[in-house]
Amino acid sequence: MTRSRPTSEIKQTVLTLLGEIAPEADLTTIRPDRSFRDQLDIDSMDFLNFIVAVHNEFHVEVPESDYAQLVSIDGCVGYLERKLSHSQG
Amino acid sequence: MAEFLMPILGSDMTEGKLVEWKKKAGDRVKKGEIIAEVDTEKATIEIESFQTGIIEQLIAKPGDTVPVGAVMAVIREEGKPSGLLPEVQPQVHLEPDRAAKPTRPAAPLTPPAPRMSESARLRISPSARQLAAELGVDPSTVQGTGADGAITRQDIEAAAGPVLPSSAEAAGTAIDRQARIRQTIAAAMARSKREIPHYYLSTTIDLSRAMTWLTEQNLKRPVTDRLLSGVLLIKAVALALREVPELNGFWKGHAAAQSPDIHVGVAVSLRQTGLVAPAIHHTDKHPLGDLMKRFQEVVKRARAGTLRSSEFSDPTITVTSLGEQGVETVFGVIYPPQVALVGFGKIVERPWVVDGQMVARPVITATLSADHRVTDGHRGGLFLSVVDRLLQEPGAL
Repeated sequence: MTRSRPTSEIKQTVLTLLGEIAPEADLTTIRPDRSFRDQLDIDSMDFLNFIVAVHNEFHVEVPESDYAQLVSIDGCVGYLERKLSHSQG
Repeated sequence: MAEFLMPILGSDMTEGKLVEWKKKAGDRVKKGEIIAEVDTEKATIEIESFQTGIIEQLIAKPGDTVPVGAVMAVIREEGKPSGLLPEVQPQVHLEPDRAAKPTRPAAPLTPPAPRMSESARLRISPSARQLAAELGVDPSTVQGTGADGAITRQDIEAAAGPVLPSSAEAAGTAIDRQARIRQTIAAAMARSKREIPHYYLSTTIDLSRAMTWLTEQNLKRPVTDRLLSGVLLIKAVALALREVPELNGFWKGHAAAQSPDIHVGVAVSLRQTGLVAPAIHHTDKHPLGDLMKRFQEVVKRARAGTLRSSEFSDPTITVTSLGEQGVETVFGVIYPPQVALVGFGKIVERPWVVDGQMVARPVITATLSADHRVTDGHRGGLFLSVVDRLLQEPGAL
């Protein structure tokens, strides 16, 4: 279900989804402004699974051309805020 | 009546620890159904039944360490009379608290199957036998690679390789597990470099058609059905093996044995803990969408530590990619007893000449590591050219 979510909730959900993709990762040390793919050794299969998880959780379509916007925590949160506000409006 | 044996799930596996039975005596089991979970040096693996029937006896017990080839259970074909194997001595290393009272099966209903004595069954030189005693290796658990399957000193060394001191084994910590995985990889790779005369070939492949096709496909597909470029590469390798089948199979004893089926093993990084290369069965026969699902599934289970026995034991060739680590050319080490490994590097934009004009194209370097006992560079080169040709027609993969 699409609904407005506070930024903190979006961020926490994104971290939870990442934790499910890379359970061995220490998410407390992650730099939100940098690529988590590099920080967590996330490969393309993991990243696709993450995108699928984002789609299932937030019910947003993420075309391949937008993938580059979702490689950091900050990028994900900003992207999802925009998408969710569009779908609301 | 069939004996369910501890399978060999890697060239250097000598034993496995039974974690649990998924079935109990009297249960029906279908061929391919998960029957047990076994802990090896590399991972916890779900073991599939090799036949349909009824579980007559469970011989090994959870916690037992069972040598490769030892009887773990007995499966009776449905409709056939029950007949417990008499006096089946479990070839297991029992947990300390049960060591004094090994479990024996119930009273026999049929006479025992004739069994050869160990000395008659084993072909092993005195030198190798002495080495086995020194290293604490049970020769009956070692698969010989010498003449007529004779066990050589190298076989004993390889079998001893992954074994760590008992104190480390007992600890069972994550660090120990990581060390054991490393030891297993070390043993397999050392054996490969010791025994296999590798040769290496590489070619650069223009991927512009493949990447354009992939982008168009993924635009049409829902996010859950999208394809990765890796699946195109895997399928191209599988189809190329139909044209150069010598690269698809094993080196057994002193001869090459082609596999009638193509089961590509895909190298999966376990991040901090090493690498496994489980098989995607019948890789050449699946449409790309289906192959992608199988690829996702096998990577997921590899990282969760829930691979199945056939996925460990069946790969007929290995494909590895280090492109995501920025590597452009991979010179891989063949995983014995396979006879070839295909490596892919990073997809990079490079100047490319088309019709006399310099253009930027996405290209990838494909490499072949092959066993010179089985093929020569001519066949290896042909294989890489077929992979290239197939990737120029991605819609036909």
